[in-house]
Amino acid sequence: MCADSLHVDVELRFGSFSLRLDEHFPTEGITGIWGPSGSGKSSLLRSISGLERRARGRIAWGDELWLDSASRIFVPAHRRDVAYMFQDARLFPHLSVEGNLRFAERRAPSKGRSISFEDAVEALELGPLLSRRTTDLSGGEQQRVSLGRTLLTRPRLLLLDEPLAALDSSRRFEILRFIEALHAGFGLPMLYVSHSFEEIALLADEVLELEAGAVRSHGTAAVSFAGGARLQDASLSVLAAEVSRVDARWHLAWLEVAGQEISVPHPASFQEGDGVRLLVRARDVSLATSRPVEVSIRNVLTGRVRSVEEEQDSAFAEVTVALDGPSDAPRPLLRARITRASLHELELEEGHEVYCLLKTVSVDRALAHG
Amino acid sequence: MNSADLSALGLTFRLAATTTVVLFLLGTPLAWWLSTTRSRLRPVIEALTALPLVLPPTVLGFYLLLLLSPRSPLGGFWLELTDASLTFSFSGLLIASVLYSLPFMVQPLQAAFEAVGRAPMEAAATLRAAPLDAFFSVALPLSLRGVLTAGVLTFAHTVGEFGVVLMVGGNIPGRTRVISIAVYEHVETLRYADAHRLSAVLLVFSFSVLFAVYTLNRKLPLNVR
Repeated sequence: MCADSLHVDVELRFGSFSLRLDEHFPTEGITGIWGPSGSGKSSLLRSISGLERRARGRIAWGDELWLDSASRIFVPAHRRDVAYMFQDARLFPHLSVEGNLRFAERRAPSKGRSISFEDAVEALELGPLLSRRTTDLSGGEQQRVSLGRTLLTRPRLLLLDEPLAALDSSRRFEILRFIEALHAGFGLPMLYVSHSFEEIALLADEVLELEAGAVRSHGTAAVSFAGGARLQDASLSVLAAEVSRVDARWHLAWLEVAGQEISVPHPASFQEGDGVRLLVRARDVSLATSRPVEVSIRNVLTGRVRSVEEEQDSAFAEVTVALDGPSDAPRPLLRARITRASLHELELEEGHEVYCLLKTVSVDRALAHG
Repeated sequence: MNSADLSALGLTFRLAATTTVVLFLLGTPLAWWLSTTRSRLRPVIEALTALPLVLPPTVLGFYLLLLLSPRSPLGGFWLELTDASLTFSFSGLLIASVLYSLPFMVQPLQAAFEAVGRAPMEAAATLRAAPLDAFFSVALPLSLRGVLTAGVLTFAHTVGEFGVVLMVGGNIPGRTRVISIAVYEHVETLRYADAHRLSAVLLVFSFSVLFAVYTLNRKLPLNVR
């Protein structure tokens, strides 16, 4: 149980695809595995679970070997202590919801984590679904049952393969909430694969970025997200913040970001002193050269322009702002997407002082590692 | 119906039932292998399995007769072992029927297993089900229609065989004379009334079985336990 890490040193080739990496994964917290489709994320997860038999190399949980091609060791999937949540749920259609959960429960080892049937049903609010047919469930319900089923195998590690990809956007947040709750409630370490930077940014303590079958970066979330991410047209910034006070009257929570304050609608779960993670889309940030007065936007952060990137043949430019803050700490970076026309009208250049107006921010759970 | 006809009827159903049981035991692993393997042998085995569909029963029966005769290694070995000949015996008929009905067992099963696909089996493996456990608790229940179809087709097809039986088993009352042979003999000896009776029994039986299968198949979409 007290293994220090999951060591994966594998090579996998088929057709024109290849995956090659040698990484250690922590056995606690949530590790996000992120990259474009075809980068090898799912193949990595399948290799770890034992579903992919073509992987060569070595996979070890602590000193327990799951794969060692050199000495012809291959532990089959059903004897590896991991659970796997598929993008398409893969519930058994010949069993009811309860039947699916019991299937996992019956085969779970009696030692290890004690997660009872009732625990899983309660944590995932499955009570009303138990007698239903799996084919009558909505996508979100299917994924909830699938989560419960993986939980009941009492695994040491939970592998999640794009668990939200098949859901419509309104259901995604709900499932994300359950995944977080499972992690918090049962202390289950997770490897979470997604092509969505937003999901990874909201969940992960550690991030592995894959590109074309190779590791592009691997580090703690705080480091990985410091510069935000540049996506097609959805750049994001991730900021660490702390709940400084909650305002019951207006249902607002005040958050401190690099010594400055902003307010967000107050989710019931927030308490003063909580560390939280802020996600800000670049297109939700406007810039001004003087402090704006009489606007409905309440959240204004000050900083200095770090860099300006104008997009070719486009109306837009992206400005990276280093937020003002205590001089001893690294400056958090905030990305803003504005039109090139306003960029030139404001005459923004490196080093200029700017006011960043945040239209909306997403807030999520505590950052496990500063 | 006279006692000879009754005994032909009994023999036919005993042969069909035994053939079906034997083929479930042999055909299920074969069908599973065919549906999951990436071996280059697969098309060879598939072609061999389908052979009884296209070969004239007399050709199959002729080869079987040679194979099972006491002068062949297999037939000789059997004779030494049991002091009985394989040809013109129930055991010989059984071997012949198993080979002759093989595609009717294997093909529906293989199609059903292929329809189940890898996804549920992978899910079962990640839920700690060993391969055999996963087969019985996931693949087989999901293939229920295919299993039913395979069993009924095998049974019905064995009841209806004629050529192979005639070649391998001949026409010994009580031992190898099955319904189809009995009907043939009634017609040859111009006892049309007897032929009518026996034929009608077979017709009604065959229709009822197929009707039951098609009805069940419609009502059997993956029952929730």
